[in-house]
Amino acid sequence: MSISLETMLQLSIILPMFAVVGIVATGHKPDLRESVTIGTSLVLLYFVINLYQGIERGESIGVQWWEILPGLQLSFSIEPLGMIFALIASFLWLVTTIYSIGYMRNHQEKNQTRFYAYFAIAIGCVMGIAFAANLFTLFIFYEVLTLSTYPLVTHAGTEKAKKGGRIYLGILLSTSIVFFLLAIVSTWFVAGTLDFKPGGVFDSNVNTTVAGVILVLFVFGIGKAAIMPFHRWLPAAMVAPTPVSALLHAVAVVKAGVFTILKVCALIFGIDLLAVLPTTQFMLYLAGASVLLASLVAMRQDNLKARLAYSTVSQLGYVTIGALLATSSGVIGSSMHIAMHAFGKITLFFCAGAILVATHKSKISEMRGIGLQMPITMAAFLIASLSVIGVPPTGGTWSKWFLLMGTMETEQWIIMIILMISSLLNIAYLLPIPLHAFFPGTKTAFAGTGIKEAPLPSLIALCITTAGCVILFVYPQPLYELAKAILVTPGLTHGQ
Amino acid sequence: MLTHLPILQVIVPLMAAPLCLLLVRPRLVWLFTLIASGFTFLISSLLLQQVMTSGTIIYELGGWEAPWGIEYRIDQLNAFLLLIISAISTVVLFAADTSIRQEIPADRHTLFYVLYLLSLAGMLGIVATGDAFNVFVFLEISSLSAYALIALGKDRRALWASYQYLIMGTIGATFILIGIGLMYQMTGTLNMDDLSRRLPEVAQTRTVFTAFAFVIVGICLKLAMFPLHLWLPNAYAYAPSIVTAFLAATATKVAIYLLIRFTFSVFDFSFSFTHIPLQILFVVLGLTGIFVASTTAIYQTNVKHLFAYSSIAQIGYMIVGFSVSTVAGLTATLLHVFNHALMKGALFLALGAVMYRIGSVQLTQFQGLGRQMPLTMAAIVIGGLSLIGVPLTVGFVSKWYLILAAIENGWWPVAVLILLGSLLAIVYVWRIVEAAYFKLPPDGRESIKEAPLSFLIPIWTLVIANIYFGVDTRLSVQVAQAASQSLFGVSP
Repeated sequence: MSISLETMLQLSIILPMFAVVGIVATGHKPDLRESVTIGTSLVLLYFVINLYQGIERGESIGVQWWEILPGLQLSFSIEPLGMIFALIASFLWLVTTIYSIGYMRNHQEKNQTRFYAYFAIAIGCVMGIAFAANLFTLFIFYEVLTLSTYPLVTHAGTEKAKKGGRIYLGILLSTSIVFFLLAIVSTWFVAGTLDFKPGGVFDSNVNTTVAGVILVLFVFGIGKAAIMPFHRWLPAAMVAPTPVSALLHAVAVVKAGVFTILKVCALIFGIDLLAVLPTTQFMLYLAGASVLLASLVAMRQDNLKARLAYSTVSQLGYVTIGALLATSSGVIGSSMHIAMHAFGKITLFFCAGAILVATHKSKISEMRGIGLQMPITMAAFLIASLSVIGVPPTGGTWSKWFLLMGTMETEQWIIMIILMISSLLNIAYLLPIPLHAFFPGTKTAFAGTGIKEAPLPSLIALCITTAGCVILFVYPQPLYELAKAILVTPGLTHGQ
Repeated sequence: MLTHLPILQVIVPLMAAPLCLLLVRPRLVWLFTLIASGFTFLISSLLLQQVMTSGTIIYELGGWEAPWGIEYRIDQLNAFLLLIISAISTVVLFAADTSIRQEIPADRHTLFYVLYLLSLAGMLGIVATGDAFNVFVFLEISSLSAYALIALGKDRRALWASYQYLIMGTIGATFILIGIGLMYQMTGTLNMDDLSRRLPEVAQTRTVFTAFAFVIVGICLKLAMFPLHLWLPNAYAYAPSIVTAFLAATATKVAIYLLIRFTFSVFDFSFSFTHIPLQILFVVLGLTGIFVASTTAIYQTNVKHLFAYSSIAQIGYMIVGFSVSTVAGLTATLLHVFNHALMKGALFLALGAVMYRIGSVQLTQFQGLGRQMPLTMAAIVIGGLSLIGVPLTVGFVSKWYLILAAIENGWWPVAVLILLGSLLAIVYVWRIVEAAYFKLPPDGRESIKEAPLSFLIPIWTLVIANIYFGVDTRLSVQVAQAASQSLFGVSP
């Protein structure tokens, strides 16, 4: 079968959307319906891997669709950062689908067809975001992603889900319409183009005050990056079924946010300009505050998913910090952290869901001793926690390493201290969970209940992602190569 | 034949109206009206094509040379408006037969179509003519028939709403007439083209200022521009659904056209914007209108009222674009005229379908409709998203141009306010979404079926147009740009 890389690029965006038709058509036969999803995700992964190999060979892959407004095209092209994001999202979609089969059926969720259908649309949007060749295209998919995940967040249809959905949609749409869109129009007005370009699109003699304001608009406007004070939607979104929280609110949606920030910093502003903007430092401190405060809030959460959500807010701050440091180590660290945190956090959410399905418990205080009943799950939880904290032998080590390097290179000592304190806080709010699970002391509710793990598909899924955390430690080379290539694109010497 | 297109545009519905009386069976009348309206659509498409390729078309009525005779003058601006009006009218008419069977007593069906055609002829006439007094004549034709159409509403409050509109509309028309009379007194001509050449000579007289003020206030009354909007919500809410859909998508657009025509063509730009503080006045009123009307919309319990207030807010956007008074600003306004017609046409038709099935458009009645009328509700959601300005819908296109126009002019705060205004749209649209998808239907209403095809087809035609013109903007952007460039005298 010979499909050109350009076609694969387009198919990777369109295919998930078309899968919706298949999913809806086979809605009455759950097994067939899930086969459609798994089949689609396999094909998608195949395409993305092919595209990755194409990129490695140094080919430039791009497609233009059509002009929506004069000068503003829907067009796609692949660069290393987008490649990282697409690889993670397409791989984890496959894993999450396997997980969902176990979770959704055992948890007896209703409207599963709708669930899989909107999930597929969301993934299509994520691919669109990853491969967007300009801000305009990215913005369109960004907005559709918000809308297509709304029915997933409010899946339960309860009063609580409705409230969560309100906050979710309210914050994401408001920030994107008021700040993000304004930032894009301003960029278009000032720079005359919205194409992502190594070294940025602004002239070297651009008014730094204006560009500084635009940066602030971007950081606030990309609400999916969950920088405080616009982070409330993420904990609110936790009312969704766990697979949604796992893939979308630990990986796809939030990573779309920080991915966009990273891309704007590296390819719209360019790190040279970013370093001299008057507002960069301020935004850096804001991200730092977000990291620290979210960690502190996470410590006080007893609901496991809420704690993980605040932990995500905090970890997203790392990526933003890396982007704003405006050095190559920062960008490398950020983009690697997108991958590392994705694997770590999705595993943690898988575990949370597994616990919910197997024991119907969602509070941390009720999980003492649970390791005796669910040893595999809790072992996975431990490894994933280590990855989020950033200690060997897990992938998180590398990204935090580069981020710290970045702070040292730029002599951002305060930020460096914040990162280190936050790592300690990570230990404090994550590690006690698996430790108490295995060493409950006298207060266990699980003594002698025997081993009862989550359904097999879910268990397999969480083992795969846990393995991912470890493999990324041993074998981070391909990821590092991609991350390093973000600032240098073939044919352009600008950057490093 | 082709040379007579400008007049045929108006004559066809005007002559078709009395002919309706000859056809006895209501269904036949409907079909006839539909054909007549379809014919105007065809003519306006041809006209637009002609104008875009070969420039302004001038048609002398009865062969009398202007300025003595009446002249029809079709440039990009009118051709664009003619297309919008005739297209919406035709699409809306598809659902008319089904809808009015439910809402209007059988003996008045023929009357309805007669009035509808007269109203259509009036609006097309206002837009097509190049004669200021002719504008007034057609304005009265379209308004009087519109008052009667609104009064046909099932709800008895329709009478009161129609009466309110009658009073306000008549004041507006009278103001316009006074203004035109004063202009005639000063220049001795009624031809717009001629007026535009003679007015500058007497521009500094108090009479001309007074004439301008009368005309503008009169138009703003017709336009339902904040704070002269009070007649609109009730008129939209209690009129028959088809009438609401038709008027909401066209009537205010005609008024916008008049505003642009008078400020840019009849009086020239420098007069309208430098001698008179129109800019600051309109930008403030436009923005206030957006916020006041959108906020009011949030608190409505009747969904027709809700979208009526939303219309007033959308008029605010058009006024803001107009007040920027650059090519970009005017382009944004014209785009929004087009786009808003598509949105509100779809939304009010969908409300008509709800009215048809349930007999009420109270927000509480929308509960559970997401499952019972999935296609109709999906149309309302997409129309609502378009109203908010989500990408891939037409609403986004107009918002993009409007913001760009504001920024180009250095009006940063205005750009921010425009965006903040669209947040209010999220709130009022989402009240409907939550009612329809998160609540169970009220007791005793289990067996509601999806709307009939005669509704779904026109509704979805407009919904798809909302998406299509949000993705492929060549037609709307090109024409709007060409129209505003020619108004500014910039050659494209």
